[in-house]
Amino acid sequence: MKDLLDDIDRWRADGKRVALARVVDIEGSGPRDPGAAMAVNEIGEVVGSVSGGCVEGAVVTESLSILQGDRAAGIVTFGYSDDEAFAVGLTCGGTIRLFIEELNW
Amino acid sequence: MISIYDTLAAAIRAEQPAALITVIEGPHVGAKLLVRPDADPVGSLGHPELDRVAHRDALAELEAGRSGIRHYGPEGETTPEDLMDTPVVRVFVESWARPPQMWIFGAVDFTAALAKVAKVLGYRVMVCDAREIFATRRRFPMADEVRVTWPTPVFEARGAELGSRDAVCILTHDPKFDVPAVQGALATKAGYIGVMGSRTTHAKRMERLADVGITDPADLDRLMSPIGLDLGARTPEETAISICAEIIARRTGRVTPSLRDGRGPIHQGGSETLGT
Repeated sequence: MKDLLDDIDRWRADGKRVALARVVDIEGSGPRDPGAAMAVNEIGEVVGSVSGGCVEGAVVTESLSILQGDRAAGIVTFGYSDDEAFAVGLTCGGTIRLFIEELNW
Repeated sequence: MISIYDTLAAAIRAEQPAALITVIEGPHVGAKLLVRPDADPVGSLGHPELDRVAHRDALAELEAGRSGIRHYGPEGETTPEDLMDTPVVRVFVESWARPPQMWIFGAVDFTAALAKVAKVLGYRVMVCDAREIFATRRRFPMADEVRVTWPTPVFEARGAELGSRDAVCILTHDPKFDVPAVQGALATKAGYIGVMGSRTTHAKRMERLADVGITDPADLDRLMSPIGLDLGARTPEETAISICAEIIARRTGRVTPSLRDGRGPIHQGGSETLGT
């Protein structure tokens, strides 16, 4: 999170809206621990990462749809054991849960 | 009014401990409570009793440096009976603990390499040596603090700061310095205590420690001496990696070959390496 602060501050100073995605839970062989974070601004610029590169693209899509009001803040699960119809898996076979929300607090 | 994010960002930048509690499932998704030791909490999770219980739990998680999910009832219920037939509030507690500390005794070449690797791993590094000409900021620009002093006063003044996440590395090879440093370190709760030296130095040091009354097997078991994993490391930089790798292995409880548990020379041959 510390590595994200400068970019987030700059985006917010420019008046851009920002979504924050944080790993809140991992099962099995997850690449990053809870607290790993990435931020996405309304024009799709990204800082940080939440996996070894497997799910970041999908996180950008989810983040943008939250910023656009197409879905509410909440938990998004990636991995083979999920039943939430997300097609993106992790090559390591683990499962990660992210909490994605607009940074408006 | 300063936002929760701005308060949190300031704490993270200043490396002050803080924990952010976020409701991730249940009523009030996204609600937040920011907690810091010795400061009033900021925000709310939606009910005063839930705030009180979650605040208490988050401080404990912060103390342990842990982040993870906890669940409660909407009014802070925690027992299984109270949680039956109530909606569950799941919260994510994210901890920003103060950085772990590494205290390095002895201002030698190995010290600079170890301080560098420790910084990469996020430690706050203090270098300490009684010799003024060696313990200089110029020689250890990567250290957060360089102290010219004997070990005993440092441990007396600040030993209580050290806990399970902290490391003490004694690199002096000099009994005048080693023995009080080991005594001081054993009196703390430091999670890792390593002492450098060849097996011969180690054997002599154990005799000197026995002379000053350090004979308790539980104490001796805490000492990683000779310091480091048995990697065949030769250069100061390789040795620094072997020390930091040992610290990680001790924390995670994984089985890795420590020099302490082996026999024979620490360095074998050497002509095959280009390092000095």
